[in-house]
Amino acid sequence: MQMFEAIMLSVIAASTPLLLAAAGELVVERSGVLNLGVEGMMIMGAACGFAGAYVSGSVIIGALCGVLAGAAMAAIFAALTLGLAVNQVASGLALTILGTGLSGLIGAGFVGQRITPAPQLHLPVLTDLPLLGRILFGQDAFVYFSIALVIGIWLFLYRTRGGLVLRAVGDNHTSAHALGYPVLRIRMLAVLFGGACAGLAGAFLPLAYTPFFIPGMTAGRGWIALALVVFASWRPGRLVGGAYLFGAVTILQLHAQALGLGIPSQLMSSLPYLATVIVLVLISRTRGSAGSAAPASLGVVFVPDR
Amino acid sequence: MQLALERRAERSTVIAIASPLIAIALTLVTIAVLFAILGKNPIEALDVYFLEPLLDPYSLGEIVVKATPLVMIAIGLSLCYIANIWNIGAEGQFLIGAVTGSWLAVRTNGTDAGHWVLPAMLVLGALGGALYALIPAICKVRFGASEILTSLMLVYVANFGMDYLVRGPWRDPHGLNFPTTAEFDPVATVPTLFEDSRVHAGSLVALAVVMLATVLLGRTIMGFEIRLVGAAPKAARFSGFNADRLVLFTFAVSGALAGLAGIIEVAGPVGHLQPDISPGYGFTAIIVAFLGRLNPIGILIAGLFLALTFIGGENAEIAIKVPLDLTKVFQGILLFYVLACDSLIVYRIRLIGTFRKLAHADV
Amino acid sequence: MRAIGITKRYGSFLANDGIDLDLYPAEIHALLGENGAGKSTLVKVMYGLIQPSAGELQWMGQKLVLTGPSEARALGIGMVFQHFSLFENLTVAENVALGLAPTESFTAMSERLEETARVYGLPLDPKREVWRLSVGERQRIEIVRMLMQNPKLLILDEPTAVLTPQEADQLFVVLDRLKSEGRAILYISHKLDEVKRLCDTATILRGGKKISTCDPRRETAASLARMMVGAEIGEVKAASGRGVSVPRLVIHQLSLQPDDPHGTHLDQVSLEVRGGEVVGIAGVSGNGQDELFAALSGERLSPSGGAIVIDGLAAGLLGVNERRRMGAAFVPEERLGHGTAPRMKLSENALLTGHAASGMVKHGFVNRPATLATVDRTTETFDVRKAKRDPEALSLSGGNLQKFIVGREILREPGVLVVSQPTWGVDAGAAATIRQALIDLAARGAAVLVVSQDLDELAEIADRIAVMFHGRLSSPLDAADVTREKLGLLMGGAKAGEAPSAEEASHAVGP
Repeated sequence: MQMFEAIMLSVIAASTPLLLAAAGELVVERSGVLNLGVEGMMIMGAACGFAGAYVSGSVIIGALCGVLAGAAMAAIFAALTLGLAVNQVASGLALTILGTGLSGLIGAGFVGQRITPAPQLHLPVLTDLPLLGRILFGQDAFVYFSIALVIGIWLFLYRTRGGLVLRAVGDNHTSAHALGYPVLRIRMLAVLFGGACAGLAGAFLPLAYTPFFIPGMTAGRGWIALALVVFASWRPGRLVGGAYLFGAVTILQLHAQALGLGIPSQLMSSLPYLATVIVLVLISRTRGSAGSAAPASLGVVFVPDR
Repeated sequence: MQLALERRAERSTVIAIASPLIAIALTLVTIAVLFAILGKNPIEALDVYFLEPLLDPYSLGEIVVKATPLVMIAIGLSLCYIANIWNIGAEGQFLIGAVTGSWLAVRTNGTDAGHWVLPAMLVLGALGGALYALIPAICKVRFGASEILTSLMLVYVANFGMDYLVRGPWRDPHGLNFPTTAEFDPVATVPTLFEDSRVHAGSLVALAVVMLATVLLGRTIMGFEIRLVGAAPKAARFSGFNADRLVLFTFAVSGALAGLAGIIEVAGPVGHLQPDISPGYGFTAIIVAFLGRLNPIGILIAGLFLALTFIGGENAEIAIKVPLDLTKVFQGILLFYVLACDSLIVYRIRLIGTFRKLAHADV
Repeated sequence: MRAIGITKRYGSFLANDGIDLDLYPAEIHALLGENGAGKSTLVKVMYGLIQPSAGELQWMGQKLVLTGPSEARALGIGMVFQHFSLFENLTVAENVALGLAPTESFTAMSERLEETARVYGLPLDPKREVWRLSVGERQRIEIVRMLMQNPKLLILDEPTAVLTPQEADQLFVVLDRLKSEGRAILYISHKLDEVKRLCDTATILRGGKKISTCDPRRETAASLARMMVGAEIGEVKAASGRGVSVPRLVIHQLSLQPDDPHGTHLDQVSLEVRGGEVVGIAGVSGNGQDELFAALSGERLSPSGGAIVIDGLAAGLLGVNERRRMGAAFVPEERLGHGTAPRMKLSENALLTGHAASGMVKHGFVNRPATLATVDRTTETFDVRKAKRDPEALSLSGGNLQKFIVGREILREPGVLVVSQPTWGVDAGAAATIRQALIDLAARGAAVLVVSQDLDELAEIADRIAVMFHGRLSSPLDAADVTREKLGLLMGGAKAGEAPSAEEASHAVGP
């Protein structure tokens, strides 16, 4: 029982940054933009988030710093791909490289420092319930926010006009432009939003997951988040399932290592990444006959004709 | 007031030549500002980074040593990128090539093997890299999976794989428990070219690769195919070229070059296999490829330039206590500026006034 | 609406030059002109998409300055473009919602949509996704969306370009009804018969200027054409009594699944094209022409080798280059992106189709002088106008690029030539050159297959005409025997010799 609770808690913790980053990227891709810089934005969010929390003593300020850092990185990406019609793949890679380096610079001074991590919820009776108590009612704010975020995104995309316009832009930017919608502005807002989410996801790591910062602590989660969006067929609902699935794989390999099964630790560590490859292959295969579920203008450069 | 992009009727050759120079200039300015923020004297810092390494023959040699793998990998990547095929896993292919080539070195270590060992290692390295690169290629061709994500995931796997080998089965039994293989025998080592310098024969290989790539892209039908698939995929199909076959070909070639670079690096400057043989060559090579505008000669120059920044970074860490991460920042910023300036080759920026905010037209 | 002295300049190019136009209620006013005469530019000014360089607009007597289409819509100006602004993966209702201001709830709008569509005889199902609809149905979405805003002025840009003659008739019924409701209609077209049938007034544009305003019913088609085109265009001479030889291209019961889920399934397509003749395939785009072209060129392989036979050899399983080596040549519909790589030079574009069989490649190396020679010869033979010897494909005008594309194939003296939409969007002079070249090639013994939406063009150059509908090909009819009406019926789905049922006619084309 205790084991189950412990595992579930760690799965949720591992899944949350994936969910936050993937949710943001989902909105970005729905608008037709492919931002490969998620890893860079996340690691910047981690570095700035930790720095902010350490300096101010407040996790909330730290989280805010992470969000702003992610959005700022995203702004650079937007300027290049939307303002100057630069190839999105190259820009995303540049963003990742820049983010990784910059976060190392910023975070260097904070390595080895500790902060008080984000507090966890404690409701009088509910949190102490056996088995599900802590799982449902004892999480930190990031976890609850991540669920709320996904619900919010779903409502936005499918129940509001703004969401309809965004989906339209992602489907056919030429038609959207002909109808008078500001395609570039909508995409820019989506990209900034995605950056903010990635920054928050990164900030989660040193603020709640572990109470310290290590350079490169995102360890490829940003890339996994990108894979998650594909796995979820660009639908918010399936994103939750995917994120928790990947979180579970990450945790299970840690526990398997602890069990001393004689399997080399490196093999276990590479499981999440191998799993990603396998999932991508399976997903793309099943969709093959029905055509891609991706937004039709994903990654296509848009320059309004004058 | 708003900035709008307008497509040029023909690409501007003036900008095409000036663009990398403008990008470098802008980057230097930005980096100077960053130095100032870090509390260092910008002029002194720029001097340590860019000028000093050029003044000392040993330094120049080091630049060539560092540039060799960068150029080789970047040439391979450029073939992919021209065709809009995104191989991001060069780092992994580099490592696997190092591993497959080293296997032979480890096997024949201490035995009295002949001079066939080194060439065989090189072949194995290239082969290993090529096969590893074919995994994401096949995933794309057969299953439609994004090659960006699959090739990248495999980098992590390759890293772990190599880590396991060096700490486990291949660890030098006489090596005091350090995670490294035994030092390679002389027959398994890439010879150096000059005394007092680590410059080795691998650089000649790199030069040969540059020349071959130039001929391939500029003069052959294969090169035309690569360029056409990237420029107009529908027209490429109409021209009779098979896009799937090209994905497999470019991945295999770039994987082979990365793997070759890997084994040369291990059998040359390093001399044995250990976990951190690559300071991110596979990723830096991506920058080299773009900085060199996906052109072989450009890549040669860009590779040397970025190698300069690596050496400069190492010197700066010692001389003026600037963290190594700054080199990565510099490279990232440089890539951004290059991409931005390159956009101006194809587009022109126009200012439009507010009253024309919504003025869009196509005749 | 009144347009006074509308002028629009792009650099040194005058798209519109001092145009005056008056639009009155309860009137259908035609805007006639060739491709590139300035019709689209003018109406975009009237709809607020473009700002004029000079001149002014007046609406109901008041000066009008539009900053965007939403303003135009609010005033009661509606427009249906030639290229639809639709979102394939969204539903009909969602598409309409995006074209309207968000003043009512989605459900209310959805109901109103269904009601309006029904009332005007253009039924639509709000919940269907657009990619499932035919071209005619998609146009209905555009029209209904416009009608829901109760427009006082309707602008329609070449609405019948993508409709069968029967669908066009239905549209005219709707337009007459709208006219009787007191609305003003501006009808852009280059089809003279339609204009004479439907319109009360016609304004003719040429080279950006207004040539005249007249009553089309009083004019003859010839006089209207002369005003539109200006100089006399040389008549295309069909070589009479061409010697016809053996079938050089045979399509034998070709059935093919589409590559793309929105595509058309080809169903037992059969056709023979003999040496010395020009065979035309008529039909509204979207009925399988693209799939057929891909199967003929080899971009898609057929299920069996014998489905496509070139000069007696089974070619169905051979790739594009092998078919070229057999002496076949192809010209696709899309000039930029398919027929040529827009940002590559003409010499490289010559290599594009030439590398297989034209001596441009030796041991894997490209013979650049040979490619340049092809460019020079094409330029000379087909009068291709360009800025320098070897420019990028993108820098040529539509007509000149098309002459290059057709020319590079014809210069190879192919035994079989398949051309799709040879003169779409091409100026009259270039069109005449191209059509003559096709006829001359046939006269030299080649088998020429022309797929075209333009019935006039086929009437001019084809010896026999077949019709493509829903992936099926009708038996070819002699051009001398066939009437436009008969072709129209076939394009609308009738079996040869029958009239279509009312239902067939209304569900016109597409899967």
